[in-house]
Amino acid sequence: MLADALLAVMWLGLTCYALFGGADFGAGLWDLLAGGSRRGLPQRRLIEHVIGPVWEANHVWIIFVVVLLWAGFSPVFAAVLSTLYLPLTFTALGIIARGAAFAFRKASTGLAARRLFGACFAVSSVVTPFFLGTVAGAVASGRVPPGLAAGGPVASWVSPTSALGGVLAVLACAHLSAVYLCADALREGRPELAGAFRGRALASGAACGVVAVAGIAVLHADAPRLFTGLTHRALPLVLLSAVGGLVGMVLLVRRRYIVARASAAVAVAAVLWAWGAAQYPLMLVPDTTVAATASHPAVLTACLASLGVGAFLLVPSLWWLYRLFQQDMGAGRGAAGGGRDEQGGWEGRDGRDGPG
Amino acid sequence: MLTDAVHRLLAAAASPGDLAAARAQMGFSLAWHIVVACLGVGLPLLTLVTEWRGLRTGDPVLRLLARRWARAMGVLFAVGAVSGTILSFELGLLWPGLMGRYGQVIGLPFALEGIAFFIEAIFLGIYLYAWDRLPPRVHLWTGVPVVVAGVASAFFVVCANAWMNQPSGFTVRAGRITAVDPWAAMLNPAAPPQTVHMILAALMVAAFLTASVHACALLRGRRSAYQRAGFLVPFVLGAAVAPFQIVVGDWAARFVAANQPVKLAAMEGVFRTGGHVPLTLGGVAGADGLRYGLEIPSGLSLLIGDSPGAVVRGLDLVPPARRPAVTGVHWAFDLMVAAGFFLLLMGVWLLCAWWRARRRGGGDPLAGRGGRAFLLLAVLTGPAAVVALECGWCVTELGRQPWIVQGLMTVREAVNPAPGLMTGLWLVLVVYAAMTAATVVVLRRMATERPVPVAPQERDVEDYPVV
Repeated sequence: MLADALLAVMWLGLTCYALFGGADFGAGLWDLLAGGSRRGLPQRRLIEHVIGPVWEANHVWIIFVVVLLWAGFSPVFAAVLSTLYLPLTFTALGIIARGAAFAFRKASTGLAARRLFGACFAVSSVVTPFFLGTVAGAVASGRVPPGLAAGGPVASWVSPTSALGGVLAVLACAHLSAVYLCADALREGRPELAGAFRGRALASGAACGVVAVAGIAVLHADAPRLFTGLTHRALPLVLLSAVGGLVGMVLLVRRRYIVARASAAVAVAAVLWAWGAAQYPLMLVPDTTVAATASHPAVLTACLASLGVGAFLLVPSLWWLYRLFQQDMGAGRGAAGGGRDEQGGWEGRDGRDGPG
Repeated sequence: MLTDAVHRLLAAAASPGDLAAARAQMGFSLAWHIVVACLGVGLPLLTLVTEWRGLRTGDPVLRLLARRWARAMGVLFAVGAVSGTILSFELGLLWPGLMGRYGQVIGLPFALEGIAFFIEAIFLGIYLYAWDRLPPRVHLWTGVPVVVAGVASAFFVVCANAWMNQPSGFTVRAGRITAVDPWAAMLNPAAPPQTVHMILAALMVAAFLTASVHACALLRGRRSAYQRAGFLVPFVLGAAVAPFQIVVGDWAARFVAANQPVKLAAMEGVFRTGGHVPLTLGGVAGADGLRYGLEIPSGLSLLIGDSPGAVVRGLDLVPPARRPAVTGVHWAFDLMVAAGFFLLLMGVWLLCAWWRARRRGGGDPLAGRGGRAFLLLAVLTGPAAVVALECGWCVTELGRQPWIVQGLMTVREAVNPAPGLMTGLWLVLVVYAAMTAATVVVLRRMATERPVPVAPQERDVEDYPVV
């Protein structure tokens, strides 16, 4: 019971990481695809402006998940991290490159430096969710046995399910981010950017749908247990995800950007919970259960109690953070609102930038 | 299956090369993170104090200073956040033996650290990016959780490290952990001296590094009120902490003497248990003692046992295979102590100069030939604080070898048996080298850049100076 509660909290953390941290990674993908330094500037500025204040807080969710996994299910943590040493090392390096390069770019003014750090930020924003997706695929398809480095260092994650996980993770991040950015662009008074991200949201959403449908065949062939779970116990969640995705697309077409955010988030969250529901009560397929790997009740109680108390601090703080930066700040604070006109770099002043 | 896992966990052994690579990778990434982590703890306090004084006195210099430090803080916090995340991965990637068996015992402080770090990240975002969106007083208050949570993070993480030195809070029967008291594990006996020592060290590192940067500017002739305040505020804070740190350091050393005698023996190069043990400065470890060191007769007996005849336990407590590398640990310890006293004396120097200038009826304690000599040495206080920090950390980690958990698990038992750890080390070294270079370049550019943005991280409004 306690172990299930901690697992649920951990899964909630993973969901938040996907919905918030994932969207920040997606923003990096759109940064990568924004085009040349002049043409892509408005989009890059919007992305930088929107994720700047929140990405560190969003990033903490992954630390949360990692720490709860080892506190609550130490043998599973040891098994997953030792077997999936390679993709997780790539993930870790991707996390470093993404966060550091983003901060460096924000603090740099010269075009060359901004290009270098920007490229680093954008590429690692794609690499990181891809490898996290392969990790998910490896665990979900039962390729991580218990014990230390008991699975193949390469064979455990170079598999159809891992590839599916990686691609789906990147696409889902991209979709979430594009949907979120539509409303952000409108708030910043850039309807043309909102239009551009709407197109990207629709394209990435469609790609997610195609990959997910193709994924059914992949899972049927490569991870039959997961397939059975998804088509039986977890079926309602799978359907919820499909409905959420489709409704989100319709809302995008109708330019209802705020509601579309919720719908897209439901679609992504439902996938994660469907995976959890399909695999429960196994931590590691085929026979390592939640109960067998859970920490002592005293540890679980202490962690849950701390998290309960911590939630009283965290929830209002997070709410304030998002509220502060999701408010319409009016003229003079726009991300794309002009700035310094450097050679080939910053966009010219467009008059919105009143003296604050 | 589970017993099988535990069996593997204890019996598996990696190749010596991979074990060395894993140790090097962990040591390197920790050594890197520990500096930015200290800046993450200390810099917000400095900035907040300066902003507070600036608001109270209306002094534009202090307000400008706070904004510029805050910009550097934004970059340093980002690299600190990611380099810290990697450490939590590395605990599992490199030391799954430790985490698989004892992860649950030390899970609580990390969970608490997660919460503290969350608070820190949230409020740092608000503090940096909402500078111009909030009333000044409210903005000032948003910095307080950053400081409190930063100190709390340091406390929780060092509690976990202290547990590795004094493992407690669990019961083992027939090789299995049968009961865990996570609170007792977190608040283990080594936690008080280690956490206090570390938090004070963090303040000193942040303060003296900041002071060093401004001392450079003063030496280059930029004797503005801005540079003076930028030097004096952090220097005074660091110098005020230094004497307390030496007292706390003594407490920590006595604790180690009582509870980890082999580590203390390595720190001081004591080979044979006995009385009238000299305090040896420097030297090289031979087969049965330190050679070429400077000896103070009965010094160590006096320091540890308060009497010249007090018995100090030596390395002969354990067989040679269970001893850490003496020369390295001993030198690290001596260097740390030397750097600590250097910082203390620099504080005393400034106090004397200030007092003399006051007696002469005002004047600048930083002026004149004495002032220049002082500033020249003051430039070294930042690097000295970092040397002390790294050496102190080396002492506590290398001094515990070959144990990862004192007396219970060796690093060899804990390391990931997967092949290819050496490759991981090279990858990590390359990425960290690039990150180090970029951090230095970005911070240097920032220090020389003229325009100061309204909100430190909002580049788009930087054309409007506030002060």
